[in-house]
Amino acid sequence: MRSGTSGQIGWSGDWEPQMNQVLAGLAEGFEDVTFSQSQGQDIASVPAESWKAFAEAAKKAGFEVCCDVTAVDWMRQRPERFEIVANLLSMRHRIRLRVSTTIGREDPTVESLTPLWPGAGFAEREVYDMFGIIFDGHPDLTRILMPDDWDGHPLRKDFGVGSVPVQFKESHKVD
Amino acid sequence: MADETTIDSANETPETVDLWVAGTEEAEFQPTTEGDQEIGSAESKERLAEQFGSVVEDDYVFDDEVADDDRMIVNMGPQHPSTHGVLRLQIELEGEIIRRTKPIIGYLHTGMEKTAEQLTFGQGPTNVTRMDYLAPLHCELAYSLAVESLLGIEVPERAAAIRILMTELNRISSHLVALATNGMDIGALSMMLYGFRERESILAFFEKTTGLRMNHNYIRPGGVAADLAPGWKDDVSAILADLPGRLDQYDDLLKENPIWLARTRGVGVISQEEAIAFSITGPILRATGVDWDLRKVFPYSGIEKYEFEVITGENGDVYDRYRVRVLEIVESLKIVEQVMNAMPKGDYRVDDRKVTPPPRARIDESMEALIHHFKLFTEGFKVPPGETYVAVESPRGELGCYLVSDGKANPYRMHTRAPSFYNLQSLPITMADSLMADTVATIASMDPVMGDVDR
Repeated sequence: MRSGTSGQIGWSGDWEPQMNQVLAGLAEGFEDVTFSQSQGQDIASVPAESWKAFAEAAKKAGFEVCCDVTAVDWMRQRPERFEIVANLLSMRHRIRLRVSTTIGREDPTVESLTPLWPGAGFAEREVYDMFGIIFDGHPDLTRILMPDDWDGHPLRKDFGVGSVPVQFKESHKVD
Repeated sequence: MADETTIDSANETPETVDLWVAGTEEAEFQPTTEGDQEIGSAESKERLAEQFGSVVEDDYVFDDEVADDDRMIVNMGPQHPSTHGVLRLQIELEGEIIRRTKPIIGYLHTGMEKTAEQLTFGQGPTNVTRMDYLAPLHCELAYSLAVESLLGIEVPERAAAIRILMTELNRISSHLVALATNGMDIGALSMMLYGFRERESILAFFEKTTGLRMNHNYIRPGGVAADLAPGWKDDVSAILADLPGRLDQYDDLLKENPIWLARTRGVGVISQEEAIAFSITGPILRATGVDWDLRKVFPYSGIEKYEFEVITGENGDVYDRYRVRVLEIVESLKIVEQVMNAMPKGDYRVDDRKVTPPPRARIDESMEALIHHFKLFTEGFKVPPGETYVAVESPRGELGCYLVSDGKANPYRMHTRAPSFYNLQSLPITMADSLMADTVATIASMDPVMGDVDR
């Protein structure tokens, strides 16, 4: 057992804060991608058409880990109902980038990131299960948390919370 | 007369009223399609590659000579003592050798992300603390940091130090359970007893400080729920004095134990490339040799002030994961000692009346305090619109909280990046081409918490 490593990846290896260079390099090929910041975290808003192409470019730029894929249902608050969010992490440059895209309610389909990052497989299945978003090219897009025969997608805003009526039985009669 | 009535009422059974609410009758039994004993018929090519564990590195040797009769599908779980909860695996065997694994999860899904949208920001920790029930304080910390990031407030130094003290103690207790169950699954039963015994001393300290042994709801947006109990230094000192000696005993028990070595060395190996491709974090990633620790890289809550090492392994097998956990306990003890000695004085909650409820005594004196108390506990505090992602290093890896607010008192969306969920995804890779007898060792070394996986 040792502490520290001589490998390239990891906190003790050589690294430079290259956020600006990495992002500038990423922005070059994609004119329609807008970069912004929220709470000091970088966000890239990508059109749905170039979702996978941008992810591929990001992977080449050094984002070797796809931490997370999730979605937000904006219902009527925004013109495009669903927002897909992927959290990318670059261990090499020690930066995070959140990539988001929006898709409409009629055809909620985006390309899958599974061919780039196999780790996105479970996460995309969860998003499909919870929001009903289709990931094109996912090897096995089935329900993961809910039962297979479940109707609807629970984390959509129009899916009711549901409640179990409390049954009062065998209660003593009070005079 | 009075006697008669009592005799009468004693003979009669009490009258009962059946308050049955319509529409709550149990639904008719409908068999589901779950429980198929087939995992080969309708899988796509890519899916098969994943189940064979040959997505990143193709080390699968397919033997065409084997007749179909020699392949057998074994269903393990969800009710199996060694699956650490309700994990279900479908395993395709070729004799003694595992060829294909398919993890099936969701048996403990309780819709906590949906629940979080119904609760106010102040009530949120009560919900998230039940996700990873072996590291509840880490879940609360990730959530609280996310809310504070959106609110733009910074907690006092003492609150930050208390948070580090509690989460590092929690890491020790969680790793002790991991060691205990790992030992039990492989056959070192005494390890189970020892691990839980030591954990008890930490849980007793938690109970003294937070009021509960688990599901604390202690770390809240704006600070912590209560200050450390009087005499906390003695309790922590006792833990610090006891544990290193006990850890040496475990090393005597396991470290060079030939049976232990035979059961763990070279078992459940995962390579660096595979671990990174499958978004694995925490001790499992570090056991492969990548020294990636969020406490060092993206420090939170002032943990950069304390000195500790990042422990890495070399081979990424079960033994290295066990060693990484043992040595991480030692590092966490170092942090706890430093926090204890340098505990700053001051308030344990942020001085912001819109977030921190007023103390009980003030409510009797001040109308203002009463109004704030009422508003905070009925409506909750409003959080400005925005989105944030905050991650902490939980005992199982990167525990992130993605929080979206639309300006109301409830989160618009709360998503937890659960480390066990992603670590579990790599089970087919770690288990491919290994022996059936090693399955339990591999699962135990992944240390999955099903509450965290299914949420």
